[in-house]
Amino acid sequence: MSEETLAITLNINGEDVTRTVAVRQHLVDFLRIEMGLTGSHLGCEHGICGACSVRVDGQVVRGCLMLAVQADGAEVVTIEGLTETGEIADLQEIFVTRNALQCGYCTPGMLMTIAELLRDPEPVSRDGIRAYLSGNYCRCTGYHAIVDAVETTLKNRLRG
Amino acid sequence: MNTKAQPNPFDRPNSYVGRTLSRAGAKRAVAGRGRYTDDITSPRMVHAAFVRSPYAHANIIDIDVSKAASQPGVVMTMTGAELAKRCTGPWVGVLSCFEGMKSAPQYPMAVDRACWQGEPVVMVVGHTRAQAEDGAELVTIEWRELPVTIEKETALDPATPVIHPDLGDNLAFEKSIDSGNVDAAFDAADIIVEDIFEFGRHTAVSLEPRAVLADYDPGTERLTVHTSSQVPHMIQVLYARTLGIAEHNVRIVAPDVGGSFGLKIHSFGDEIAATAASMALGRPVKFIADRLESFVTDIHARENRVKARMAVSRDGQIQALDIDILAGVGAYSQYPRTSVFEANQILNITGGPYAHQHYRARAKVVYLNKVPTSQYRAVGHPIGNTVGESLVDRAAEATGLDPLEIRRRNVMADDSYPRMSAAGIEMQDLSHQACLETLAERMGYAALRDEQASFRQKGIQRGIGIAAFIKGTAPGPHGYYGAGGAPISSQDACTIKLEPSGGVICAVGVTDQGQGVDTVMGQIAAAALGIPINTIRVIEGDTDATPYGGGTYASRATAIGGEATYQAARALREEILIIAGALLQAEPHTLDIVDGNVVDAGSETMRISLAEIGRIGHFQVGELPNSLQPILSATRRFRLTDALYIFTNGIQGTYVEVDTDTGFIKLLRHWVVEDCGRVINPQLADEQVRGGAVQGIGGALFEHCVYDEAGQLQNGTMADYLTPMAGEMPDIDVAHIQTPTSVSELGAKGVGESGTGAAPAVVMNAVNDALRPFGARVTAQPMTPESILMALGKI
Repeated sequence: MSEETLAITLNINGEDVTRTVAVRQHLVDFLRIEMGLTGSHLGCEHGICGACSVRVDGQVVRGCLMLAVQADGAEVVTIEGLTETGEIADLQEIFVTRNALQCGYCTPGMLMTIAELLRDPEPVSRDGIRAYLSGNYCRCTGYHAIVDAVETTLKNRLRG
Repeated sequence: MNTKAQPNPFDRPNSYVGRTLSRAGAKRAVAGRGRYTDDITSPRMVHAAFVRSPYAHANIIDIDVSKAASQPGVVMTMTGAELAKRCTGPWVGVLSCFEGMKSAPQYPMAVDRACWQGEPVVMVVGHTRAQAEDGAELVTIEWRELPVTIEKETALDPATPVIHPDLGDNLAFEKSIDSGNVDAAFDAADIIVEDIFEFGRHTAVSLEPRAVLADYDPGTERLTVHTSSQVPHMIQVLYARTLGIAEHNVRIVAPDVGGSFGLKIHSFGDEIAATAASMALGRPVKFIADRLESFVTDIHARENRVKARMAVSRDGQIQALDIDILAGVGAYSQYPRTSVFEANQILNITGGPYAHQHYRARAKVVYLNKVPTSQYRAVGHPIGNTVGESLVDRAAEATGLDPLEIRRRNVMADDSYPRMSAAGIEMQDLSHQACLETLAERMGYAALRDEQASFRQKGIQRGIGIAAFIKGTAPGPHGYYGAGGAPISSQDACTIKLEPSGGVICAVGVTDQGQGVDTVMGQIAAAALGIPINTIRVIEGDTDATPYGGGTYASRATAIGGEATYQAARALREEILIIAGALLQAEPHTLDIVDGNVVDAGSETMRISLAEIGRIGHFQVGELPNSLQPILSATRRFRLTDALYIFTNGIQGTYVEVDTDTGFIKLLRHWVVEDCGRVINPQLADEQVRGGAVQGIGGALFEHCVYDEAGQLQNGTMADYLTPMAGEMPDIDVAHIQTPTSVSELGAKGVGESGTGAAPAVVMNAVNDALRPFGARVTAQPMTPESILMALGKI
């Protein structure tokens, strides 16, 4: 099986990148292996666990369910880029002080999802936060601390 | 100098012990800077993929790798037989402390026969994982299917195929304990309650799968393995012995570990194979299990059937407990920790919170053509606690007592320790009564019962569950791994050093997987030494850099490793004060260390900084008397001496709503009160309890490795194998009663498994409480909507 390849150009974390990629390679393998962006993790490769969540053209997607070639021309933001822009610095700080993570493997994907919730903040109940996060699995925390961290960040942002 | 006469460092104002501090590792993880095994690459690295048995039991007639070997990008193929030649011999997963136990010899990959679906058979190594998998697809294997043994209930029947004929039968192990007079107690009993409980198989599902990057350097004959492990020193000795390398030439590094829960204290054939490939090729080989591989090769746990009965007097006194355990393990006993601990723990702990005297328990452990089982978070406790606590609720019902009241009447009294349990295990420093009353208060128990009753009026079925528990933590050297012949340390160690700058390096044998073990060790050392936390760095997870230790398993890190760290820090403190005394011409016992400075004890007048001690001790040693040779380093080890475990205790409560039309169970709130002795970092302890409880709830309600009659796993994806999601989990209230263990100065017991150990029991009790008006009861886990509707007679 020879590997069919295609050249793609995309913007990753604010930088334009052109690479020739195997057409069968999914987006997160491309980001991790070819670009060294190891903050996005693979937990199931079936689109279930959410550890691979990245932002593509403003939407959070499962990076394991999208091929790299499908990201041709797209703007991709990973946890590394999201961190550098400071968009979720408040959330990240509260995650640390509230210990809303243990092993940290789900955390980047979890933060990508929460960033979407925080973008246009409006009041959300704890149950609402739990429902919003149900596509991101965490095996360590039991979720309570994560819900606390999101609730606190949301309140802070709404307070302005 | 007698440091013990000094004031207890934990009771000082602003002590780091007992204080919530954030984990340093957390800052890296939230920025995507965690570094897990798969994040590491090496020059010339290649990747391993595996052909696995599609059958639960089949002979290998022929293997043809020629097409795979000629595939572009494939650098090597290795069959199980070829790998066996590179190994010093097969593993046999028995421990001599389990008398009469037997298991068949096992090589890392199947040689001429596969005994479970998923067993590795052929390894293909390629430039990329994709190329290795391409090659693996082209391997052809001629199989001859063999009859399978997959039901534990019939595994010992004469008509059932014996998986390993050399063993004579499918029995791995049997054991019984009997305190005596059990039959007489039942004969005289006012009331007997009994049930048969079923526990489905489940597995750890760490979000980061098993991972190994092996790098053998033929020039130095050194093997360096980065691997997602809780127990680097155990892996070091196993790899050395299995692959015939000198142990001191093997370095095991555990970088960030993405969840473990006991999964990563074991040895796995595919990891050995990848390491052997690195030795054969002289280049780095990486193997990362994908999720399907994880489901069919990660250890499974829990599959048990327990028949149990309890004798109780009319006034609710538990008089006797009699249980019969049948455990279905895998095709082999997992090397080196075995597959029989779960059954053994059920024997040890069932009915453990209670003061009854008469206890009999029998366990049989049988082999099945399924994935090998072994230790997973809270080994045996979810089963033993469910059995015991479910029967206590039945006894409450039979005697007309409230579930809380019957427990109040039966738990061991807080002032009765040390004492023996009916199972013959010494219990000390426990607090069942204090935990029970604290739980009642935090739940608002009486009001909650009123609320439940008012919902019943409206046709809404809510249930309240209570489950007391004990948990064996921090096992000692008697009766287990080391004593049974396994190369596993039950002691642990800390080496602590004062650097020239006054900074402190603290290297520990216990390891962190996100619990905050490193943070907690730093807090203990800083408190014991009297230094600011930011002047200490903790090193863990590297056999080249840490003193020999058992690593993290069985809730031992803080209890065992923490005490070693405390003792090492106190020893270093003692030396620092001797050096300071020589420099200051003061008696060491008149000095103290506070906030990184040597001060006069009592007045805390500043005398000399630790930076000065470090500078003089390393660079200007001429300032010291000739008779004083500074070491500025101390190593201490700690082990339990007499105790089997440091037992902890606690109690959980939960509040659920059962939809009797759909069978859906909604968890409303959950409470845990537990006693892990001295709490080092309250927030980290709370989060261990919460995360553990949710893992237990997962086992109670969702998680199940479902096999068909041919031994095929039916649900090997995370879409099909359900783990708890945020939307289905409740908020969890956590409280601690702190009864320091008397076996150490630190006083810490284990905490990491306490949530898991009793959550399945309390959820089952709550569900059955909700179902009680309908005369319905469930006794099997996971409790699914289907099982609820069946219990209600609706389907």
